[in-house]
Amino acid sequence: MNGLTPEKKAEIAKRFTEAIPHSKALGMELTRIGNGEAFIEMPYDERFIGDPRTGVIHGGAVSALLDTCCGASVMSHSRAPAITATIDLRIDYMRPATPGQKIRAHATCYRVTKSVAFVRAVAMDDDDDRPVATAAGTFTADHAPGRKSSEALS
Amino acid sequence: MSRPRPEPVHVVQKRRDAALRALVHGVPYVEFLGIEFDRRGDELTALLPFADKLIGNPMLPAIHGGVTAAFLETSAIIELGWSILWDQIESGQVDPEELTPGQLPQFPKTIGFTVDYLRSGLPRNAYARARVVRSGRRYASVHVEAWQDNRDKLFAQATGHFLMPMMDE
Repeated sequence: MNGLTPEKKAEIAKRFTEAIPHSKALGMELTRIGNGEAFIEMPYDERFIGDPRTGVIHGGAVSALLDTCCGASVMSHSRAPAITATIDLRIDYMRPATPGQKIRAHATCYRVTKSVAFVRAVAMDDDDDRPVATAAGTFTADHAPGRKSSEALS
Repeated sequence: MSRPRPEPVHVVQKRRDAALRALVHGVPYVEFLGIEFDRRGDELTALLPFADKLIGNPMLPAIHGGVTAAFLETSAIIELGWSILWDQIESGQVDPEELTPGQLPQFPKTIGFTVDYLRSGLPRNAYARARVVRSGRRYASVHVEAWQDNRDKLFAQATGHFLMPMMDE
């Protein structure tokens, strides 16, 4: 898998991410990917409200966005295999996302070892100065082709 | 000395079921995922019926990690909300019949949530139970476990920290 050009790798990661049924269900759109970095947007949708009094999006939907974005960044990294699964993911919520605004996630896969990829990500709404949530996670980087990947992109 | 007669069972059940309904229903995202709760006394079990839209990897197929995170977080927050509400309804401080679903005045807010993915989520129903490990005046810590076919074989677990609602607000 590591013989692939960065462009080919990004293309595979993009296609895989866009084919995820749950990401489609949440309306996620991959806007940029390559070299261990991914950008995904999720439009505001009333079906994903967590607090009906305020219209704020549920934290779980933000988690799904961050997890998808993190996984995509791993798949686009030059040293990671083209398929991955979440090992663990920590999400910190700084503030509720502003109702009506889309949420943009940016993930960076900053280190890949023989078996683990390390990722961090941030979720923003229209306010670029105050993050909505941040994430830190580890993902599988299983290079052994014979071994079954337990879960791809979780 | 005679104790007051215990309440009839249907009265108790009606009160508790109404309180749970108020807590769970009316949250669009919980309904979007299809999460339900089963109650036995004060013990809650969250249920996530499998659906195609929950898939993260179409090739396996496996449940999306984000769905797993959302399922665990919902279980944790409902358990915490339930533990607060339980005392209020059992003491008669709050009348569950007057609670409007989705409009509860006090709901904890998630500060941080850490999920461990132990096995891939198979394309079948998932269950979760949460335990309030510490519930303080300002902060609470909740642990939650999720499984599919076997209770002993967890496919994910998580710990979350929550900001408690201000009771005097």
